[in-house]
Amino acid sequence: MQQAATEKENYFSAYKLFVRTREGKDPAWLNELRSRAGSRFEALDFPTTRNEEWKYTNVAPILKVPFRQVFDLEPGAVKMAAIEPYTYAESRTSRMVFINGLYAPELSDLSGLPKEIVVTSLAEIPQESNDVARRHLGAYASYEEETFTALNTAVIGDGAFVHIPDGSMVEQSIHLLFVSTAKEPIASHPRVLIVAGKGSIASVIESYVSPGEDIYFNNAVTEVFADENAVLNHYRLQEESERAFHVATTRIHQKRDSNYTSYSISLGGEIVRHNLNAVLDDEHVETTIDGLYVVTGKQHVDNHTTIDHREPFCNSHQVYKGILDGRSRAIFNGKIFVREGAVKTDAHQLNKNLLLSGGATANTKPQLEIFADDVKCSHGATIGQLEDDELFYLASRGINPEMARALLTFGFAEDVISKIKLKSVRERLDRAVLDKLHQSLEIE
Amino acid sequence: MLEIRNLHAVIDGSEILKGLNLTVNAGEIHAIMGPNGSGKSTLAKVLAGHPTYKVTEGEVIYEGRNLLELAPDERAREGVFLAFQYPIEIPGVSNANFLRMAYNEKAKHDGREELDPLEFDDLLKEKMKIVEMDSSFINRSVNEGFSGGEKKRNEILQMAVLEPKLAVLDETDSGLDIDALRVVANGVSTLANKDNAVILVTHYQRLLNYIEPNFVHVLYKGQIVKSGGKELAMELESKGYDWIKPAGAKA
Ligand SMILES: Nc1ncnc2c1ncn2[C@@H]1O[C@H](COP(=O)(O)OP(=O)(O)O)[C@@H](O)[C@H]1O
Ligand SMILES: [Mg+2]
Repeated sequence: MQQAATEKENYFSAYKLFVRTREGKDPAWLNELRSRAGSRFEALDFPTTRNEEWKYTNVAPILKVPFRQVFDLEPGAVKMAAIEPYTYAESRTSRMVFINGLYAPELSDLSGLPKEIVVTSLAEIPQESNDVARRHLGAYASYEEETFTALNTAVIGDGAFVHIPDGSMVEQSIHLLFVSTAKEPIASHPRVLIVAGKGSIASVIESYVSPGEDIYFNNAVTEVFADENAVLNHYRLQEESERAFHVATTRIHQKRDSNYTSYSISLGGEIVRHNLNAVLDDEHVETTIDGLYVVTGKQHVDNHTTIDHREPFCNSHQVYKGILDGRSRAIFNGKIFVREGAVKTDAHQLNKNLLLSGGATANTKPQLEIFADDVKCSHGATIGQLEDDELFYLASRGINPEMARALLTFGFAEDVISKIKLKSVRERLDRAVLDKLHQSLEIE
Repeated sequence: MLEIRNLHAVIDGSEILKGLNLTVNAGEIHAIMGPNGSGKSTLAKVLAGHPTYKVTEGEVIYEGRNLLELAPDERAREGVFLAFQYPIEIPGVSNANFLRMAYNEKAKHDGREELDPLEFDDLLKEKMKIVEMDSSFINRSVNEGFSGGEKKRNEILQMAVLEPKLAVLDETDSGLDIDALRVVANGVSTLANKDNAVILVTHYQRLLNYIEPNFVHVLYKGQIVKSGGKELAMELESKGYDWIKPAGAKA
């Protein structure tokens, strides 16, 4: 207990210091939001493995590290060349770059976006967007009960604010690139708010990368609001250093007839926890929540998802696939709630894990809780190895065992990757997955 | 080309092949017929090198070499091809990628030039004509969501691309409608020549209306108990298998 108190103290004093640096710079509502979240953070404890929701993921190793919190960016610390590999052709001129959680305008390029599209730092919300930001920021990610979210909310500064106004369409993908690089262990708290207006169409790539193998901690929170009839594709690519800690919450709130698709990819990190929660808050909502995690060595990745069907006539589809090698561990916990009255719900969930080594462990727990009649729901989970019959089939065509394993593993991931609509994201992932597994394939 | 002598093979402790003998020369088509469970697929898989079948006795000489010494992928590169009775689905791997990889592995082995995606595309289009396959199959995952007939055509397509020396077709005709049967049979006839050999495993003589075998063998309880010409297939069709008893077995 005593230990926990000092660990929290480190973050709490950083919060206090941060509040002072922001004095007089932000709208009153933002100061109040931070202050409410700060009080909750003070009152809450970090979760332990005694907490059912954190049973498999012990955050003590993260809290033990005396991370420094930075609120100022050293200009020119990161060169364009260093981040080039992490950029995407589809968003050359619609890219926002953050270094250790801080907005880096000199590495960003937003020149290709139509004027009405708002993509800015949360520290510089333009006057005309103030109301939208106020209404949505902190409205979905609960800082009341969740310690990490409370902490993130208490120090909201240079986050990303994306607002697609009603009826707008963005052709380019908007890329929010979070780069972590530090000579000493740093904690940062990336924050993203995406508001997709009525009938808008957009896609957003949110990626977390690090050029080195540094130790650092990212505590990220993303809120997504999809208004009536909005179409939003959201790609979340976590390619952190394998010594990084990554705790993240993604909250999605959908209105009538909206269509939201999420691809959540997790490749890096030593301890990774991602909570994703989608609320289908009106009729005729479409939600696709797909995921892929590839872990090796001693990596630990924990995906907790909740899909909350609150109203009738909504469809949700979820496929999460995992590839585990070495002594890695992956957890999938997927809840689907179908609330009273949410008739004609169509909800399908599948989690599949491929174990490439005897030392890897997967835990999977799909949960369906249905309180409505006349619904179509299914869920399933598998944990398995490469099939002998599949390997033999490839061998019988002259493909050597190493290539056969690579091809089948690639195929397993491709099931998710091939659905991604952005070509350069797809290609990057194909390569990243194979590299990660030290496999090579000549695939087009 | 192939000489099987006194072959015994077991799976999960039970002996399935019990002293099988067979000789196949270049330019020949052999049909192997037999009731369900007689060991036809076992023979096919042993020749291809399936790891769960253990050879306990006998030998298999292929092109002057001990075939049983070679790993399954080596056998394939040496020109042995098995068209599976139940082809496997490989989600996420496109037919084009899969076939090109297989083609290039063999090309490398034979000292021929490997093909890049564009060059291979041309070759594949030619080969697809043989099996009357729609070009949409090129980019679909291997066998995924294919009908039974499409899977069998895909096996013949693979055979057409890889041009094996020894092709073993395990009931490629079973479950096919007349159209698909004609396509498969045409494919095999087109590919058979004086330098290669085909073993057709089947349990209907129907296929043999389209492909004329040089020899017909009856496989029964793990042994070849009778060999003959095409007329043997007719006889089996009319009389069934009951009149056949293993060589040396008491009547
Ligand atoms: N995995 C297995 N374990 C045990 N017995 C098997 C296995 N696979 C096949 N068999 C048995 O081997 C025998 C021959 O099977 P198979 O070669 O498939 O026959 P066919 O192809 O002629 O119908 C059958 O009796 C079958 O039950
Ligand atoms: Mg069989």
